Amino acid sequence: MKTRWKISPYLYVLPALALLIAFRFVPIVMSFVISFYKWTLHGTGGFIGLTNYIKLMHDPEFWQSMMNTVWLVVFVVPASLIFSLIFAVLLNQIKAVRGFFRTIYFMPYVTSMVAVSIVWKIIFNEQTGLANKFLALIGIAPQKWLAEARGIFDIFFSGFGIHLPNWAGGPSQALFAIIILTVWKGLGYNTIIYLTGLQNIAKDYYEAAEIDGANKIKQFFKITLPLVSPTTYYVLMMTTIVTFQAFSQVYLMTGPPPGGPLGTTNLIVYYIFNRGFDAQEMGYASAAALILFIIILGLTVIQNRLEKHVTY
Amino acid sequence: MGIKIGKAVIYIILSVFGLFMIVPFIWMLSTSVMSQAEFNKGESVFIPREDYDIISGSSPEQRIIVVKAFGDSSLVHFLNEEGKITREYVKIASSIIQHIHKPISIHWENYVRAFNKVPFARYFANTLFVSFTSLLGVLITSALAAFAFARMEFKGRELIFLLFISMVMVPEPIYLISSYILLDKLQWLDTYKGLIIPWFVNVFTVFLFRQHFKSLPKELFDAAAIDGCSTFGMLRRIILPLSKPVIATASIFSLIGSWNSFMWPLVMVDSPEKRLLQVGLSYFNSEASSQTTLLMAASTFSILPILILFFLAQKQIIESTAKTGLKD
Repeated sequence: MKTRWKISPYLYVLPALALLIAFRFVPIVMSFVISFYKWTLHGTGGFIGLTNYIKLMHDPEFWQSMMNTVWLVVFVVPASLIFSLIFAVLLNQIKAVRGFFRTIYFMPYVTSMVAVSIVWKIIFNEQTGLANKFLALIGIAPQKWLAEARGIFDIFFSGFGIHLPNWAGGPSQALFAIIILTVWKGLGYNTIIYLTGLQNIAKDYYEAAEIDGANKIKQFFKITLPLVSPTTYYVLMMTTIVTFQAFSQVYLMTGPPPGGPLGTTNLIVYYIFNRGFDAQEMGYASAAALILFIIILGLTVIQNRLEKHVTY
Repeated sequence: MGIKIGKAVIYIILSVFGLFMIVPFIWMLSTSVMSQAEFNKGESVFIPREDYDIISGSSPEQRIIVVKAFGDSSLVHFLNEEGKITREYVKIASSIIQHIHKPISIHWENYVRAFNKVPFARYFANTLFVSFTSLLGVLITSALAAFAFARMEFKGRELIFLLFISMVMVPEPIYLISSYILLDKLQWLDTYKGLIIPWFVNVFTVFLFRQHFKSLPKELFDAAAIDGCSTFGMLRRIILPLSKPVIATASIFSLIGSWNSFMWPLVMVDSPEKRLLQVGLSYFNSEASSQTTLLMAASTFSILPILILFFLAQKQIIESTAKTGLKD
């Protein structure tokens, strides 16, 4: 009995552990190693040290894809956070048909990104899409959406005759269309997480506030917001990390070639994919992947630090 | 009174938001049954109606668009069934122009056409095969590992568990290229093996099972041990029968995950006959990009199985998302 207890735990863990080492750990280490090599589909072309990284730093396409990804994150994360918190707070106020709304909000989250990207691509079609039909309804001229490389700030201000310099133009309208889809897709998930966070807040706080005569808005800012902040950090970090990995939207909705118009929707993961598999520069693409890894790792570390500081 | 108005406002806001969330699906459905010509005209939204001119008595219907009418004769373009011009500026007698108006005309045949345009049946079969075999693997490896983590003492347990946790943090795009090279070395590229075996492990499921196994009362195991039950017997005869709900939850998440997976099967498989559904759909998207109604039909039937699963198990899906979303 005793000896079996000693060996058998390892036998139980072995299948999962072996697979994890073979298909996660080893490839991650390989990724790191390959990034220092010239590597094509036919194998290695020799150790080249930091050359891939240096080349990457001088590649405008890499920087553009990074910049686009940062724009995506900067727009998607706050929008998703604010809307999902509003959804959750409102859902928390009602009892009847709460389940119905919850289901509707959650639907996009379980459907495949490929299918919904196709649907949204057609929604943003200049001639026949729903987006322009909606704009027409409220008296706004049709937009080019996925075909528009101009920045949204530039488009907005040029309506007032102000012309912004290139760097201040903001994400292209095409990227903005992708931002809308990305927010829509993840909103249900964040709402559910927030709803749980809200339900964990003790009712006593609100009762006490009620007695003190604090109105609903004051209650939201003084009680709900601070007490739900651990959830906010979780949602913030998860959404950021997931948004950094956006790929299918760009692959399905833009181009051909994907990433257009003028590279304004090229995101970092599409850049890695494109360099690795279309251009077959696998060492070079691995270096870009490693930079993405470092960013995500950094964000995870920051999250853990913040979590320790922000406990109420 | 004030409270009632407040509630009404809440319901109105929630409904407007809800509309934004669901409109893409409604539009997808309504477009999927429209005639392509009608959709291209851009006049009908949501309601699949039809309004067009034909040459009366023609069979099959010869669609036309009137450019200019001069009393008893008219200048028209001939159109094909997608609404594209096939012959320009034809002069015909106005009397043979017939206007067709159908307030509702549902083209279910879009689904059949989309389904047969590319081998979707094959993609469905492949996806079902890969999803269910992966599921089986995930359940076995996870139950075994979770049992050890939850119920056994051994050297290095914490370290091994830490390795499991840390692997969750690494997103797929990071190891996609090196995995491709690895599968190439194993000669697993373009095989079902390459689509299935690397996904035989799912750390999320290990967590879920471990959590549940830990929550089972200790007395159960003590009693079983006294009765001479082996460790494996304990897992098989005591733990698993008590774990049906958590197994169901894990299965649902695993199935949704494999059904929707895109990047890995896109990269690892080349032969058209081994394509999974999402990859097939993405090829269809680039091949049939002008046939909007067929694309919408294909999107609809490819998300249908998951939506059905979601509606059947929504309580379970939403509640376990809420639970596992927060750190344990």
